[in-house]
Amino acid sequence: MRRAELVTALLMAALSIYLMWKSAELPIGWIPDEGPGGGAFSFWLAAAMLGSCLWIVVNWVRRTSPQSQSTRRFMEPGVLKMFLLVGGGVTAMVGLVHFVGMYGAIFVFLIYYIRYLGGHSWRTTVSVAAGTPVVAFFFFDVALRIVLPKGYLEPWFLPLYDIFL
Amino acid sequence: MEILTLLLDGFATAFAPINLVLVIAGVSIGLFIGAMPGLGSVNGVAILLPMTFLVPPTSAIIFLAAIYYGAMYGGAISSIMLGIPGASTAVATTFDGRPLALGGKADKALIAAAVASFFGGTISIVLFTAFAPPLADIALDFGDPEIFALMLLAFATFVGLGGEDIPKTIFSICIGLVFSAVGLDIMSGEPRLIFFDIVGFMHGINFLVLAIGIYGIGEMLWTIEVNRGQTTMSKAVISVDRIARNLKDLLGAWKTGVMGSVLGFFVGILPAAGATPGSLMAYGVAKLTSREPEQFGHGHIAGVVAPEAANNAASTGSMLPMLTIGIPGSPTTAILLGGMVIWGLVPGPMLFVEETEFVWGLIASLYAANLFAVLINILCIPVFLWMLRMPFTILAPLIFVLSLVGGFAPTQDMHDVWLMLIFGIGGYLLRKLDYPVAPAVLAIVLGPIAEPALRQSLLISNGDMTVFLTRPIAGPITAIALVLLFLPLARLIVNRLKRSG
Repeated sequence: MRRAELVTALLMAALSIYLMWKSAELPIGWIPDEGPGGGAFSFWLAAAMLGSCLWIVVNWVRRTSPQSQSTRRFMEPGVLKMFLLVGGGVTAMVGLVHFVGMYGAIFVFLIYYIRYLGGHSWRTTVSVAAGTPVVAFFFFDVALRIVLPKGYLEPWFLPLYDIFL
Repeated sequence: MEILTLLLDGFATAFAPINLVLVIAGVSIGLFIGAMPGLGSVNGVAILLPMTFLVPPTSAIIFLAAIYYGAMYGGAISSIMLGIPGASTAVATTFDGRPLALGGKADKALIAAAVASFFGGTISIVLFTAFAPPLADIALDFGDPEIFALMLLAFATFVGLGGEDIPKTIFSICIGLVFSAVGLDIMSGEPRLIFFDIVGFMHGINFLVLAIGIYGIGEMLWTIEVNRGQTTMSKAVISVDRIARNLKDLLGAWKTGVMGSVLGFFVGILPAAGATPGSLMAYGVAKLTSREPEQFGHGHIAGVVAPEAANNAASTGSMLPMLTIGIPGSPTTAILLGGMVIWGLVPGPMLFVEETEFVWGLIASLYAANLFAVLINILCIPVFLWMLRMPFTILAPLIFVLSLVGGFAPTQDMHDVWLMLIFGIGGYLLRKLDYPVAPAVLAIVLGPIAEPALRQSLLISNGDMTVFLTRPIAGPITAIALVLLFLPLARLIVNRLKRSG
């Protein structure tokens, strides 16, 4: 926990400096008759972020914050495994959208999660995994007219478009 | 009298068939969301907001407000039955609700929670009806310095009363505000903070991307980590006879109910305070003023009544500044406010002048939501208990899926979905280190209001910062904000002095 606290504070400090530099692409000073420049607001806020990060580091050195005293691990092995399985699964789902579209990605993700992480029966798995995209299709594409990405599965949907849209 | 006429008109809006159906649906969904450990009103409202594009804005807000309301009732169910707060707002309910359930009086605790919620809801809505129009009247005179001073107060509340790590709270506020500045600078029209020249940043970072990322994906990861252990559900015996007896027992706790409701309402009004501190404070005061404080924590009925009355009252209270001034009183109302902006409703005093039908329709719908919530809650206790048994390994992936499509729907851009994922995972990792996430969400919603207000004020005063201190309304607000900001520092010094003395 102690190391994670310091590493995060330093990373966030780097992010703050990047944001300050990025804000400075626009004027950050006072422009006569126009008031503060376009970058001023975000520049000073990013500076405040940097200040907070330094404060966190000071607390770390003095061991005054709970994290800087903690000897627990940032992620226990079990938690890390769960985080990688779940977070990785969600990331893979978002990535899959570009190939098999939203509905394909949802189907695959639900099978992965419910069957492999949840250990439910195939019957439960398939009914939820197949039912969800169908409900979502009628809700988004048909009722809301928000067309969700279809990826390479687009041709499969053409007949459905003809019927419902 | 005028208020009564407006309120009656409001009831006509609230009881339009579509709105009534949405109130009932919203309350039921809210009860379920509130009851599910790990999901609270803010998660429900953030994840479901994109689903409301189907109905007109008024109905959409009524639906979301009903979810908010229902979630306040629902939180108590898992606090009592599982010993896990269904939402952070129901943390205080576990203190005495769980011991009651373990002692075989689960039904007593559940009924007390429902009735207290109804009580708190009713008192606060009446207070709301009385306070909203005059407050909106005063707010009509607000200029840019006043608006910025109020924003400052909202953020100062987090720092002064949040009770969390102070530099981390400040960091969270600032990063939310910086993210709100991404996109086109409204005043000069120039693009700014376009990271790595990715075109997706040109339209700015939608607050929903951050809200769904944090409250959908981040919260689920967090809940999966926290709830790995098995929980045991208490048994509840429910019969008409027992309900009647429990109701009779409750009569003795009416004073606690009134105290919780009024306290909750006023804490809810405070910008950024919300229902969680409201319910914790009500519990504290109930214990302090009780004749038998030693019974608290071992299953005292007043320990359930006070926080439950308070969290419902606070949820209504937090809508007051959102509607009248345009400053949300809680993270959930911050998201509601963002939703209103999407629908072209500008929150603030003008709403009461220009959109009377909407405002009073919403207020009247709160009365309706309160009534339906208590009825559905008591009648459907067995159904909710059954639903609590739904395996988390089915609910969690469905929430992830909802977050995915919810993140895509508002802008229909995959860039936003990736960003949401990054915010979700980043938010989860930061939260493990005690970085509070709510201030960032509030900040990204308030940023687009705060920045122009600040710049305009400075333009009026020619760069003189004292403009926030010298104006008659802005001055006191800024002063309170500064006091709150330096409160932790003062506390530190006092503690030091005590130790050395």
